[in-house]
Amino acid sequence: MSSEQVLGAAVLRSDRFRLEREADWIRLEAIVTEMEKGKARRLSDEDVLALPTLYRTLLSSLSIARENSLDAGLIDYLEGLALRSYFLVYGTQTSFARWLGSFFGGGWSRAVRAIRFDIGIALFVMIAGAAIGYILVAGNSDWFYALVPGDFSDVRVPGASEEALRGTLFGGQKGDGLGVFAAFLFSNNAQVAILAFALGFAFAIPSILLLIHNMALLGAMLWVFAQRGLTVDFVGWLSIHGTTELFAILLAGAAGIHVGRSIAFPGARSHLKAASDAGKRAALVMVGVIIMLICAGLLEGFARQLIDNTAGRFGVGGGMLLLWLIYFLGFGRDRRRPGA
Amino acid sequence: MSDSRAVEPWIRRSANRKLDRILVTPEGVPLNVTVAAAGARVGALLLDIVIIIGLILLVTLIGGGLLWAFGLALDGGLDNASGPLQFLAVLWIIAVFLFRNAYFLYFELGDRAATWGKRAVGIRVAARDGGRLTAEAVIARNIVRDIELFLPLIFLTSGEASGTLTDLTAVAGFLWVLMFLLFPLFNRDRLRGGDVIAGTWVIQNVKKNLGNIVAPAAAESGTEGAAPIARYQFSDDDLAVYGEYELQTLENVLRSDQDEALQKVAASICQKIGWEPGSGDERAFLEAYYTALRARLERSMRFGKRRKDKHSVPE
Repeated sequence: MSSEQVLGAAVLRSDRFRLEREADWIRLEAIVTEMEKGKARRLSDEDVLALPTLYRTLLSSLSIARENSLDAGLIDYLEGLALRSYFLVYGTQTSFARWLGSFFGGGWSRAVRAIRFDIGIALFVMIAGAAIGYILVAGNSDWFYALVPGDFSDVRVPGASEEALRGTLFGGQKGDGLGVFAAFLFSNNAQVAILAFALGFAFAIPSILLLIHNMALLGAMLWVFAQRGLTVDFVGWLSIHGTTELFAILLAGAAGIHVGRSIAFPGARSHLKAASDAGKRAALVMVGVIIMLICAGLLEGFARQLIDNTAGRFGVGGGMLLLWLIYFLGFGRDRRRPGA
Repeated sequence: MSDSRAVEPWIRRSANRKLDRILVTPEGVPLNVTVAAAGARVGALLLDIVIIIGLILLVTLIGGGLLWAFGLALDGGLDNASGPLQFLAVLWIIAVFLFRNAYFLYFELGDRAATWGKRAVGIRVAARDGGRLTAEAVIARNIVRDIELFLPLIFLTSGEASGTLTDLTAVAGFLWVLMFLLFPLFNRDRLRGGDVIAGTWVIQNVKKNLGNIVAPAAAESGTEGAAPIARYQFSDDDLAVYGEYELQTLENVLRSDQDEALQKVAASICQKIGWEPGSGDERAFLEAYYTALRARLERSMRFGKRRKDKHSVPE
């Protein structure tokens, strides 16, 4: 007994365990520290290749140390290093460029197709909203002022003359300030779309209300122009950017509804799991929505003012719609991981 | 399942136990993590807001400076400079949009998964299920930030400025801010709305240095042969009085290496085991005792017997 104790006192078995392995731990710590500083490029190829192996070795060291060593400082160190290297090994490893490639190469259109049921709901809600706006104003034109905020409408009010209305559709604007206007519109619309999505968090009801409200405004405006026989011109004026912008708002609303619906009716999954699954899918759609709104802002700021006839506007608007539909319906379908 | 884990001896118990969690890596090894406290989250957010405002101010100043330079160069006031003026305005709007939305995205997609504010207070974003933190998750958690924070702020400030803010909308807006701001306090994991949607959480960073071997003199004595440690021989009864808790207290005393504490602890151990306290040689005595105690406890540990502290009954 006493001879064994002397040996044990001389060098603890758990200390020997540590001394045998600590070179690997220190090497891993050096690699992790460099990577955390964002200097991963300075590491040699061997170090980068060694990271996963060193990480797994460390995890096994940690498991052994927990069962065999009472050196609390050592175990704390191993825990901390294990967590740090875990985050690097399982971190966001896609570079931004590669992620963007897979996003355009099918990730976006797949995400859009995955929420098609919610797009159906959002489309129905938007059409209903426009119809409600039109019918309300047709019944009593005072509704117009309740639906449309004051600063927005200027001359576009019930009872305005055909000339005044036509003036807002054609000619009117000079080339000046278009760029600023487009950038402003984009920033503004993007925030509205983000709002439509983010409100889905509250069981999708605010998203639906927002869609109805925005479309009722459009319906009311449509009635004003329809009274003066300018329906086709108004739709043309709207469609040049509207096919893209309304499509984007449709997708944003659908993404919000998708999240809200998953939280309200999670099915067999837990509420949190359902919310995060839906949230990640919807986030992809939302990145696309922002890209669409950039396009819409450019079309609205430049193309609408530059193309001054209804047929041309329908051409551009219809062309854009066709492009989006082809992309969403056809792209990244039935192919295995086109981004990879 | 969580009950059987709760008694595992390696589970860390920090000051605020409510925030201790276990994260299981894909390899199946459970790791101790600590959820970031609400105070740290708020601090990080305030820092980030200050940084964003600073960046916006910086861009505005640079734009203003450029404008001024253009004005000088063209020598004709701003009427002639409407082209560059517009261009700058476009850039400014886009820059502000990017700062508001892309600042968080860019930094949370990086290797440290933390904005500057989060780094400063030592916290980071992680996937709740222990898997990979995906780009989609980071995007989702930051898009929701818009309704949680920026939208109410803008609502309040713009309403205030234009004077359209009635009492009722002010109260409603305030409640709205409050509901989302306080959301993290109403769940165990301190999740905000964006974390719920994205399947993420925010946890504390850990950075521990590898300390020296606790009792180096004892370790060397084995290889070098004759050493002062060999003077001390402890009987089984001498070592049976303490458990793991006392061992770790002793470890802390040895690691911190304060003469006063060493003397005090050496004296109390001597009293406990009925030895005559020596003087001037406390460190060597404590290292010897530590090593012997640890050897004994680790040996029984390998047979599956652990002794938590001196009060638990030795088997």
